[in-house]
Amino acid sequence: MSRRGRTTAEPAGDTAEPAPEGEAIRVDDLRKSFGSNQVLKGIDLSVATHEVICLIGASGSGKSTLLRCLNLLEPIDAGRISLWGRPITGQHIDQNLVRRHIGIVFQSYNLFPHMTVLRNVTLAPVKARGLPRAQAEAEARALLDRFGLLEKQDDYPDRLSGGQQQRVAIVRALAMRPQIMLLDEVTSALDPELVAEVLDVIRELAASGMTMLIATHEMGFARDIASRVCFLEDGKIVEEAPPAQLFTSPQDERTRRFLRRIVEAGRM
Amino acid sequence: MVLGEPGQIPGSFGTTGRGPRLLSGGGRRATAVSTASTLVVIAALVAIFWLAPGSAQVRHTFFNPADMWHAFVGDPKKGYYSVGAAIWLNIRMFLVAEVLILALALLIALIRQSAGPVLFPLRVLAMIYVDFFRGVPLLLVILAIGFGVPALRLNFVSTQSAAVYGVVALVLSYSAYVSEVYRAGLNSVHQSQTAAARSLGLSHATALRYVILPQAVRNIIPPLLNDFISLQKDTALVGVLGAIEANEAAQIYSSTVFNYSSYVVAAILFLILTIPLARFTDGLIDRDRRRRLAGAGA
Repeated sequence: MSRRGRTTAEPAGDTAEPAPEGEAIRVDDLRKSFGSNQVLKGIDLSVATHEVICLIGASGSGKSTLLRCLNLLEPIDAGRISLWGRPITGQHIDQNLVRRHIGIVFQSYNLFPHMTVLRNVTLAPVKARGLPRAQAEAEARALLDRFGLLEKQDDYPDRLSGGQQQRVAIVRALAMRPQIMLLDEVTSALDPELVAEVLDVIRELAASGMTMLIATHEMGFARDIASRVCFLEDGKIVEEAPPAQLFTSPQDERTRRFLRRIVEAGRM
Repeated sequence: MVLGEPGQIPGSFGTTGRGPRLLSGGGRRATAVSTASTLVVIAALVAIFWLAPGSAQVRHTFFNPADMWHAFVGDPKKGYYSVGAAIWLNIRMFLVAEVLILALALLIALIRQSAGPVLFPLRVLAMIYVDFFRGVPLLLVILAIGFGVPALRLNFVSTQSAAVYGVVALVLSYSAYVSEVYRAGLNSVHQSQTAAARSLGLSHATALRYVILPQAVRNIIPPLLNDFISLQKDTALVGVLGAIEANEAAQIYSSTVFNYSSYVVAAILFLILTIPLARFTDGLIDRDRRRRLAGAGA
């Protein structure tokens, strides 16, 4: 909240829609510490429009922090992040405007417990995009319908299952019409039988051409859906490759060690 | 878990959570036992009061029905005011102070919770304010405002009634307490809620207004009402400035007629004000707990 936005240098404003093709996200030498704990030690990443990138790695490897930095929820210490060639880090950036273009969904859903499903989904379109309520509700109902949640529109979050809550959280992010979606271990808090319904939603998003960065522990899913998989360890991207290559013939010893442990744990 | 709660008696297998709390729990025998023991205690206290050597005198000076009635209706010709009418001043001071406290305390809490270096001086000021007014006795604040401000002989500011200065003092003092209640409420909302709201592109102010505050307020209503119960009583302190509120009217009666029954009248009137608010607070806490239990089960 310290860097309040100014509208002079809009990185991706409504007036200038970002180019729909080309390099969507570029991260250069991104560094981030919490106190003396350096979590990101120089991340370089390039994501093309419509690409689906899966971030894998042990807990604490920096996946979540990377996603939170991309959404500007964490101020970065050093490095650069650009969307379609426009920097979103540094001075005079309207964070709120940037965030309208990058949706993020969290592990713990974080729905607003005092609002119905419909209000959860329409709050940001009305208050941040400035849509008339009727239009926002019509759009929200269409999205809820698309993901099989229409009959839940008047329920409060605590009446929903974990899988339903997470699908609502995805719909809530989509209601801002982002061009990029960041998914932060969205199935980790779910009971196993509820994971599939959420993964199906993500598959549909990928099929519709959404550019996505997905931090996940679901290796089978990552192999299915990713155009590229990045393996993070200790705040760095150790190896990145198409899934077929990374999962079958990993080049780096650290990647091999991680995947071996995953297989032993029966997760793949 | 207060003493003598019927449900706590061993061997009872009563219903729970149904009906008013005082009557819930316990089998019929347990209820009878607890009722009997309560009556015995009350009877003992009444007996001690009645049999004390000075009982007749106390009853005459504190509980004389004729004096209580005279104090309640008042008689300006004999030099005393109606306590029953004076309580309206307490109610008015309470209602005005309450609204102002809610607003000022929220402002202080938001300043203290703010981030960023720009607001640092304001944060320090807010902290000093809270420390100061929580530390200084309310009575001193009332005296300082009530006698100090008129002595300044400013236009308008120095020519208000005692009740106005009283309300100002109450607002200054109570806002310090209530701001801490607000702050606890704001902190009770997990910061992931802020992250979720901000990640959708909502501004800090919008996130606060629609996401954080509604959840915080829900958490702080019981402690807030608790502070307001004590605010209702503390309006009596404004009497030191000469405002004819219930306590002051009672004092004038007692010093005119030399009978203290007027104070009992004032006490009864304050009880009539505070008890409904106290029961309402209990009801809210109860309802909130039941809702939470229901929510956790879903």
